[in-house]
Amino acid sequence: MGLVLLAVIWLITFISTYFFIAKTWWLPVGASAAAAGIDHHFTTTFILMGIVFVAAQVALGYLVWSFRDRGNPAKVSYSHGNTTLEIVWTVLTTILFVGLNLTSSSIWASERFRPAAADSVQVEVTGMQFAWYFRYPGPDGKFGATNPELEDASAGGEAALGLDTKDPASKDDVVSGVMVVPVNREIEVILRAHDVIHSFFIPQMRFKQDAVPGLAIHMHFTPIQTGEYEILCAELCGLGHYKMHGIVRVVTPEEFDKWLAAREAEKL
Amino acid sequence: MASFSTTATVTDPRVALGDDGILPPALAGGSGDRPDSGLPDYATRLRRARLGLLVALTPVLMLFVSFTSAYVVRQGLPSLDPRTATLVRDWIPVTLPKLLLINTGVLVLSSVFMELARRQIRGEAVFASADSIPGVPPASESRIPWLPMTLVLGIIFLFGQWMAWRQLAASGFYVATTPSSSFVYLLTGTHAVHLLGGVLALLGAGVASLLGLSLTRRSIVVDVTAWYWHFMAGLWVYILCLLEFAS
Amino acid sequence: MAGGTGGGETITMSTHESAVQAAHAHGAPQGFIRKWVFSLDHKVIGLQYYFLALVAVFVGMFLSLLMRIHLIWPTVALPLLGDIKPETYLTLVTMHGTIMVFFVLTTAPQGGFGNYFLPIQIGAPDMAFPVLNMLSFWTTLVGFIVMIAAFFVAGGAPLHGWTGYAPLSAVQSTGPGEGLGADLWIISIAIFCIGALMGALNFITTTLDMRAKGMTMMRMPLTVWAWFVTAILGLLAFGVLLSAGILLLMDRNLGTSFYVPLITVNGQLTGHKGGSPLLWQHLFWFFGHPEVYIAILPAMGLASQLLSVFSRKPIFGYKAMVYAILGIGFLGFMVWGHHMFMSGMSPYTAFAFSIMTMGIGVPSAIKTFNWLGTIWGGRIRFDSPMLFAIGFVSLFVSGGISGPFLAQPVLDIQLHDTYFVPGHFHLIMGVASIFGIFAATYYWFPKMFGRMMNESLARWHFWFSFIGTYAIFMPMHYLGMAGMPRRYSQMTEVGYLHDLIPLQKFITYAAFITIAGQLIFLVNLFWSMFKGKKAVDNPWEATTLEWTTATPPPHDNFGGHTPVVHNGPYEYGVPGAPRDYVMQTDPEIEPAH
Repeated sequence: MGLVLLAVIWLITFISTYFFIAKTWWLPVGASAAAAGIDHHFTTTFILMGIVFVAAQVALGYLVWSFRDRGNPAKVSYSHGNTTLEIVWTVLTTILFVGLNLTSSSIWASERFRPAAADSVQVEVTGMQFAWYFRYPGPDGKFGATNPELEDASAGGEAALGLDTKDPASKDDVVSGVMVVPVNREIEVILRAHDVIHSFFIPQMRFKQDAVPGLAIHMHFTPIQTGEYEILCAELCGLGHYKMHGIVRVVTPEEFDKWLAAREAEKL
Repeated sequence: MASFSTTATVTDPRVALGDDGILPPALAGGSGDRPDSGLPDYATRLRRARLGLLVALTPVLMLFVSFTSAYVVRQGLPSLDPRTATLVRDWIPVTLPKLLLINTGVLVLSSVFMELARRQIRGEAVFASADSIPGVPPASESRIPWLPMTLVLGIIFLFGQWMAWRQLAASGFYVATTPSSSFVYLLTGTHAVHLLGGVLALLGAGVASLLGLSLTRRSIVVDVTAWYWHFMAGLWVYILCLLEFAS
Repeated sequence: MAGGTGGGETITMSTHESAVQAAHAHGAPQGFIRKWVFSLDHKVIGLQYYFLALVAVFVGMFLSLLMRIHLIWPTVALPLLGDIKPETYLTLVTMHGTIMVFFVLTTAPQGGFGNYFLPIQIGAPDMAFPVLNMLSFWTTLVGFIVMIAAFFVAGGAPLHGWTGYAPLSAVQSTGPGEGLGADLWIISIAIFCIGALMGALNFITTTLDMRAKGMTMMRMPLTVWAWFVTAILGLLAFGVLLSAGILLLMDRNLGTSFYVPLITVNGQLTGHKGGSPLLWQHLFWFFGHPEVYIAILPAMGLASQLLSVFSRKPIFGYKAMVYAILGIGFLGFMVWGHHMFMSGMSPYTAFAFSIMTMGIGVPSAIKTFNWLGTIWGGRIRFDSPMLFAIGFVSLFVSGGISGPFLAQPVLDIQLHDTYFVPGHFHLIMGVASIFGIFAATYYWFPKMFGRMMNESLARWHFWFSFIGTYAIFMPMHYLGMAGMPRRYSQMTEVGYLHDLIPLQKFITYAAFITIAGQLIFLVNLFWSMFKGKKAVDNPWEATTLEWTTATPPPHDNFGGHTPVVHNGPYEYGVPGAPRDYVMQTDPEIEPAH
């Protein structure tokens, strides 16, 4: 039985580890400036934790086989423990865990402790059951007022957001069902929600943030690769949660200006 | 697997228990509190009941700590006004009815009566066995009905709280009118529910007394209820201060 | 009689039998109702809790099977149940989680085995407050009935997840099931809180006040330490959950705005304003995090026990194990924010919670090292309780290793609300903790029922469960890293999720097989109760007090006698002792180390 346990434990360990190392199912390729740092830290954590995982399971399997009762009257090693050993592995574990966390803190700080750059591109992202809307402030740089009483989701676009067209700042606001952003520019995202908590998740940008009703949450990221990326809702928001997704198109700055100008023109 | 009988240790438990097997060994955490009858004595039962109460008051405390933190957070919390996309605070303090001060007095007084009732019945319980010793006069007990008086005051307090709610409603503050009014009803209501529990316990002790049931058991019930009552009185004063001053 | 520690004479019991006939304060009950229905005996109450959890776990497993089927075959109509709509899927998710967390993991290890064995293991005749104990079970049962009732009311059971985030849970119009079903869900949980608090009261008072002579705190088995600290966690946490639930009921039904800001649902203003959805999260997780330690600590205590018994060696580092349990309990109250890194909470607060969370990994690691240290140098017997204890260690390591990923906010950005999270918590709660329940069943079955469970069936059960649960939950980590979000009822709408369907299929097939394997356990359990081989009083040759008494134990646990304790609970393989185990009640061995 000891040998069977060893074999099964080792087999499970090696198979699971194989799929991790082979990256059979892995993080999608990063497309934001933060991705490299985050992925690097992921790899560090993965290697260190992987070593602990394999070592612990291999040890467990080996011990249950090696110290099986073989029937001979050999004595056990009667002992209540070893305080020195306890202290040593407690200290080492603490250093590992806390150290790992502290090394990641600089990335966290750079992503979250500072506000967006002054010249970032602003996009207000609003989540509602079950769609995402994106609003650009336009040349005046100001977002117009919205009024919940004016909301009409069936009409889409500005009406879905309840845009108050009487507010002068609303005149140049562009509302879109698709998020378009220029590459290599910092994008400031202002997250809002109309009804329940949603979460704005772009896997390739390593970006996730809950959109909470009653709050306007400011976040930022910098896309570094053009293309189309999936946006998924990552907080249970009702029966349509699984199909509340959107697209973010990362384009060249020229294409972005053209797109925005075209949308502005449509409004006139 | 073993080479010896595994039943040996149990067929003669007294040997396994390590004593001489003639007398029942002493029980429990070293205090030798089981006389030969095997029942725990009054002191043990009282201690155990009090310990139980102390433990039971912990989640009650946590409930009100939780409400307090919600209160503090909510008070200071700005919320997004979707129209202007700015953060606004919407805390409007409630003017508490003066009746609450009178109720506080009633409750504090009831706590005093409760303490007197507790000492009264403890005296009765302790001296109960002394009545049968010749030459020892029965302890002179005060015949003032502290326990019923506490009960009456407790009921008056609860009634007074109900009246205070009516007054609040009359001045336009219902449970959902403002966040501050929600908390007033929440905190006073939850406190009242807990006090009602104390009232019911006293009622039970009173009925048990009328029926002539076990004095020691009644004494323990009253003792534990008394501490609970004092806690409820203190909690009420805290709630009043929170609503009045942290507003 | 052979053996025994002080000689084997049979002394007549009549000398003091009558003197201690009334030893147990309320006497042995007569009649079916007093004996088996409204029993005050902690052993009967423990069994009642256990069987409640048994019913609940099969309900919960059934719900998860339906979930797994729908996820990979969203358009298939099931017999009797028909089409599973997206909202139905979410109802399954919600009720599966709620029933498993509360009525299985917080019921069987603590209410079930804790109730049965804590008094016996400390040498007490019953819990401190037997009437309260009985009430705590019936309260819990009523809670379960209310929870099940939610399925059958108009609108059905809620869809807001076991975590019930507001405003989804706080406003009745946010989705199907969020009407009366959600109210019943909250009321059921509130009732459960009351039952759990009553239980915690008993456990704590009993442990502090009713230990037998010689049973010092540092001679208590680690199972008792675990039940004791678990009860303290419950005492402090369930009051907060109750408060959160009260506020939620008020928002839903009285129009208050504790949790709900100014929102529109389906274009309609709801009349709420100014509330904070994050307030619910803080209150819920302040309870929710200690809750997961409530779910795992008893299993950890038992694993320590079993590894020692079946390695015939003392537990490695008893004191460290006690400090680790206390440390986990204490730190468990300081880390709730790690469920909220992406919630909109301040990033500085997130950082603080993250450091505390890495800290709580340390006592868990200490325990793991000590378990390995216990096995090392032992003489392992592979009886079924030991198989599950070994399985527990492996599963706890696997589930624990994914913790440090989630504990770092920078990595949590990617992994939060993906399948990585259920992979992590199912390995720990949904498997390791369950293995603790299985191990406890196989271990204590002889003492409870006087018969042995079938060892062959037990081994089949072990292998099905061990391999099967790894096959179900290890792949979830891959799914999470690849970006599969949680609580998606189907994978048809997002392009890259199509590539992950084969892995989900594998998980579903593994789930079928694993759940089928649990039927082996069910058969073994009930068959052995009536037809199992008769058990001796101490079949595992273990040292703790439950093994000194009759099988099953008499009404007052020790047959009128009170144990006097002279030894610690793990004296196995003591050099120079007449046999390889020394009961706690045997004469004191020389203090060794």
